[in-house]
Amino acid sequence: MATVIDNADLLLIGLRVTVVLAAIVIVCGSALGLLGGIGLLYGSWPVRWLLRVYVDVIRGTPLLVLIFLAFYGLPALGIAIDGFWAATLALGLFAGAHISEIVRGAIAAVPGGQSDAGRALGLTFWPRLRYVILPQAGPAILPPWVNTATEVVKGTSLVALVSVSDLLFSAQKVLERTGEAMPIYLAAAAIYVVLNLTISRLGARLERRASFATAV
Amino acid sequence: MYDLNWDVIRDNWRPFAEGLRLSLTLAVFGLAIGSVLGLLLAFARTSRFRLLRALATAYVELIRNVPLLLLIFIFYFGLPIFAYDTFPRDIADVLVLDGNRSMVVALSLYAAAYLAEVFRAGLLAVGRRYLDAGRSIGLTRFALARYVTLPIMLRSVLPSLSNTFISLFKDTSLASAIAVQELTFAARELSTNTFRVIEAWTTAGALYLLSSFLIAAALRAAERRIRWSV
Repeated sequence: MATVIDNADLLLIGLRVTVVLAAIVIVCGSALGLLGGIGLLYGSWPVRWLLRVYVDVIRGTPLLVLIFLAFYGLPALGIAIDGFWAATLALGLFAGAHISEIVRGAIAAVPGGQSDAGRALGLTFWPRLRYVILPQAGPAILPPWVNTATEVVKGTSLVALVSVSDLLFSAQKVLERTGEAMPIYLAAAAIYVVLNLTISRLGARLERRASFATAV
Repeated sequence: MYDLNWDVIRDNWRPFAEGLRLSLTLAVFGLAIGSVLGLLLAFARTSRFRLLRALATAYVELIRNVPLLLLIFIFYFGLPIFAYDTFPRDIADVLVLDGNRSMVVALSLYAAAYLAEVFRAGLLAVGRRYLDAGRSIGLTRFALARYVTLPIMLRSVLPSLSNTFISLFKDTSLASAIAVQELTFAARELSTNTFRVIEAWTTAGALYLLSSFLIAAALRAAERRIRWSV
């Protein structure tokens, strides 16, 4: 315990990197996923086909391989990118692919009559999506989206392997410095659990509100 | 400009093939041990005893919210330090795990938490009438679980098991962090030794992708046959 308190500053620096990275990835991945999910359903066939390849390739490849590909591959192609942004890119594409699939599924589950009703009211495509379809798809998106968010938080730990000083990387550094392992690892584990439970709680609260809003 | 040179892959296919085999082996062990633990956890979560339920729930919630890489580090780096600090040398020697074993232990414990949820959902989905029928012909609690609940539950969880297996297969890539010579490790070795970075990583990615698709197709076919036979 004393080891943890003595090195709390180092762990906190790592925690900040983890939180910032996860936040950027969740925001960008959600935006990408929303567009991806809409494109998978309503895009022209080349768009649909390209998105399908993107989603299936990313979901079939381990996240770690994506991170290594971005971290080692982009500089080899002459694109200067540091570890943090390479990892952000890989994680963002990963989150985007998963969320695309979630959004696609949720929109597809909205009964077709809703879209017809929107059309009958004279709503064009985007207003129909914005005011009729998405509000009804929302409650179905939320639970798997929260799940993906926690997967992203856990996934950020992989950046330690490309020397980005996140929480796990900091824990490793403290271990090397002090020779004490278990207290540090358990502290790091506890922090990850708290982060993820916070996300789950927020998600559950949003879910209650969303179900309340739709239960007319 | 970067010139692609695939000859490097052709000349070094062996580590990739052996790496892929080890990745699959690790995933099979993870699924097998994880299923046994997961099943026990699922029974504990649906048990009559509150303490048992609470313990199983705590395990599932904790493990599912911790990164797998951290679990791997705990067994590979943490356990030896802890063991030699706490126990006499001869006992500690037994507790220390090599890379492959650390990976299997971490992966199994991780898989168990996810499989516990899968099995629990399966257990809860077994119809009341089957259980009543079993009880009415005088089956003991154990026989009821063994001959009624399990077979029905297993059939309904097969698709989830397939998905979990593919996830575990992809998760085995983390073993490269503790120098286990699986597929990702093979790509890493080749890319540092030859600087054929793009070729090495796209090959690894393609092998994971292809294997996942093939496994998924094979398991779906198997699921259909099993469903047909009942």
